[in-house]
Amino acid sequence: MEGKKTFIDKIWGIFASVKFAIVIFSLISLTAIIGTILEQRAEPARNIKILAKLFGESVAPSLYSTLEKLGFIDMYHSWWFIAFLILFSANIIICSIDRLPRIWKLIKEPLKPMAAEHFDTAPIKREILLKGKPDKVKEVVIGAIKTSGFNYEESKEDRGYQFYSQKGNFTRLGVYITHLSIILILIGALAGITFGFKGYLNLPEGRTAVAVRYSPPSGPSEENTIERIFNALDASWGNISKASEMLNIKENSIKDTLRKDGIQPLGFSIRCDDFDVEFYENSNTPKKFISWLTVIEDGKEVVKKSIEVNDPLNYKGITFYQASYGMIPNVPGWFILRVTSKSGASEIKRLNFGDKFTIPGTNLEGTIKDFSPALSFDNQGKPFTFAEMMNNPAVFIDFKEGGKEKYSGWILKRYQITGRLPEGHIVEFLDLWGVQYTGLQVRKDPGVWIIYLASLAMTIGLFIAFFMSHKKLWVRIVEDKGNTKLYVAASSNKNRAAFERKIEKMISLIKGKQEGGK
Amino acid sequence: MSSSVFFGISTMSYIIAMIIYITYLAFRNKTVGIAATTVTVAGFVSQTIAILIRWKEFYDISGMGIMRSVPLTNLYESLIFFVWCLILGYLIIEFKYKNRSFGAFVTPVAGLALAFIDLSGMSKEIHPLIPALQSNWLLVHVTMSFIAYAAFALSFSTGLMYLIVSTEKKHQPAYIFWTFTLGIFLTLLITMGIDIMTFRVAIRPEEFIKSYLFRSSFLNRSAAIQIISWISMAAVIFVAWKFGHVLKGVIEKFNISSEILDEITYKSIAVGFPIFTLGGLIFGAIWADQAWGTYWSWDPKETWSLITWFIYAFYLHSRMIRGWRGKRVAIVAVFGFLAVIITYLGVNLLLSGLHSYGEMK
Ligand code: HEM
Repeated sequence: MEGKKTFIDKIWGIFASVKFAIVIFSLISLTAIIGTILEQRAEPARNIKILAKLFGESVAPSLYSTLEKLGFIDMYHSWWFIAFLILFSANIIICSIDRLPRIWKLIKEPLKPMAAEHFDTAPIKREILLKGKPDKVKEVVIGAIKTSGFNYEESKEDRGYQFYSQKGNFTRLGVYITHLSIILILIGALAGITFGFKGYLNLPEGRTAVAVRYSPPSGPSEENTIERIFNALDASWGNISKASEMLNIKENSIKDTLRKDGIQPLGFSIRCDDFDVEFYENSNTPKKFISWLTVIEDGKEVVKKSIEVNDPLNYKGITFYQASYGMIPNVPGWFILRVTSKSGASEIKRLNFGDKFTIPGTNLEGTIKDFSPALSFDNQGKPFTFAEMMNNPAVFIDFKEGGKEKYSGWILKRYQITGRLPEGHIVEFLDLWGVQYTGLQVRKDPGVWIIYLASLAMTIGLFIAFFMSHKKLWVRIVEDKGNTKLYVAASSNKNRAAFERKIEKMISLIKGKQEGGK
Repeated sequence: MSSSVFFGISTMSYIIAMIIYITYLAFRNKTVGIAATTVTVAGFVSQTIAILIRWKEFYDISGMGIMRSVPLTNLYESLIFFVWCLILGYLIIEFKYKNRSFGAFVTPVAGLALAFIDLSGMSKEIHPLIPALQSNWLLVHVTMSFIAYAAFALSFSTGLMYLIVSTEKKHQPAYIFWTFTLGIFLTLLITMGIDIMTFRVAIRPEEFIKSYLFRSSFLNRSAAIQIISWISMAAVIFVAWKFGHVLKGVIEKFNISSEILDEITYKSIAVGFPIFTLGGLIFGAIWADQAWGTYWSWDPKETWSLITWFIYAFYLHSRMIRGWRGKRVAIVAVFGFLAVIITYLGVNLLLSGLHSYGEMK
């Protein structure tokens, strides 16, 4: 019947087949399982340990080296996993091209009246007798068809009429929207990898950065050049073209030099004004990590925003995420106190360790004698430090009046009540500033919008594919001994049971109307 | 009243409902059937109240917005929500198909799961959310994932029942498959029960899985107990294989045709798949993107969600291949739910990634 298939036709046939799709599904799933057992991109020792647990000490090292050669230690970036994804895409694209013309025809084809004898073989069929001649019941039938949500066309038959209608033709495209969205996601991911970067920045309180580290250095770096570039970038607030003018080096060669050193210039500068951890009351569970950031261009502050986990800062396509934090070793920092006298006079003090301050309007003098990042008291009431991070920062202040010792004690940042002095003055410990850094994940990903768009398309496509259908309906009314015989035929490409119920409803509507009309 | 009273009432109701459903199967008496449904609905209502009370408690403690206090933050709460979805799904099916036979299967699962949560001493403490978890995307992600898991659980049980009623001979691959699956399932449930009885520790379930699960059997320090455990598993599987036809006889009494089983399996997956795609994969990716700056990082939990998704895609497409409809696709549906269990519980056993609720490094 059909001519000899060429080689190309055969390949096309394979790629257009659903069988090939499930082979690809299996290949991706099975290899991905291995990828979840082995720790990806980890040091050899860790994976050898895992393999030793599973297969014994003796075979683990050789097994590891085989797996490493095959790319399983970084398998999602291995050539063969990428090849699977390419085959997968080719499968979806070719399968769609193969089927779309036929589907398109089904969508576009106008519905024709159905020959009387075909009513018997329709997937859904009904037959009832109505009182009165076709011309009389016609209006009732049309009304019921309309109520069921169908627009109809009409054709005259020799002893009656036929009404026919279809809807939801375009829902046949739902599956193809879903399939297309998968391709779009892969394109979006590719765009992100090609045109974006992912970097990391540890930014101390009060410092400004013009670049981030995004990978380990790849080539030998020219220390002097790098330093000159950084000086120029600092001077131009991160503006790369200005720095290139200053140095008389091409912009691209600045970027290339930095890239070799694993550094990505931002094009502007960013400053961390402050970082803080908020805790839940009476608990060591952190509630918020907050960094107050300022973007600076040409010496002007253009954006100020406090970021939190789940609430990043975006500027010129580069996004800054709150990712971690830590203490900077060996820096003294500034103690920020708010001192309010009983009379209400209030002052902010920036102090060094050991500095003295007076309560406004009095000669009560305080001295910062001690500091703990995480103060707690043991059973005997003796103070101790329970963590290195600022979990419960506290200062020990010694108060004197006219040179005479008065009292002393700990004032805790998280418990302002500890700063109430017996006379009614208040000393609040607001912050120890300049000792913490905020760890920012810095990302540019121009592909992310494609991914979001594709996700939306996929959701819509799936919804259409599973919950909507292409429905066809034919209704004939034919005179039968002074009365009317009503024939219904219908079909639907999905979820026939639901459509059948709808037809049932339409018929009972017709019956009801007819009886009511008498 | 506290939430645990209402949880207790719902646990009891589901167990009583199970007994009534089984009685109903035996006598097919309409009044008994209505009683079974009534008790189930009562348990469901009580569980709903319990969840709402816990929500309120959490809200009062956390001092955050209502949506930040949804009780879906740990294994304890998520298991309860899973049971809630399962019962809801079942009640919908009972209503739509006018068939109470599944009740005898679903209510014991619900009752046992709740009793298991209670007995295991799973920590019921309310922990306020660490910053990474304070996200509306995460909230819809978790909620929708569990709704999808419940739909997949239904497809699993109907898929398994399909295999049970449609296999005849003991050497048929499909028969061996379902008896094997059932045997492993039973063994794992029993060994987990033994773990709980042996260790009786009230710690966070994540900890329990990491440090205690299977320590009294497969992972015991004594090699002898390990070997005995494996032998027992083989024995359970053998018994399941040997006497599988008895179960078939029981199910056949229920008057559920294999067509209906196939249809419910497909319908549950047709509901679960889009919800899982949107809630499990897409919203999860959006959350990761907002919180960490990476929408996809191939960590084990993410990868296992993807594997689950691929298996269900496999199911949907294999139905279109001639000769696959029937037993083969039912096996795929069973595999799909095994992947769900690994995604949900197993990954925490293996490795910790972003998802094991990693605090900030
Ligand atoms: C993970 C990727 C994929 C997803 C999520 C997906 C999703 C879907 C869904 C939801 C349906 C509707 C199923 C139903 O109504 O029961 C479907 C149908 C279909 N898919 Fe896929 N699919 C994927 C990959 C593929 C691939 C690689 C092929 C290549 C052959 C393919 C070919 C088809 C065909 C031919 C149909 C039937 C179309 C029709 O009814 O007109 N799919 N797909």
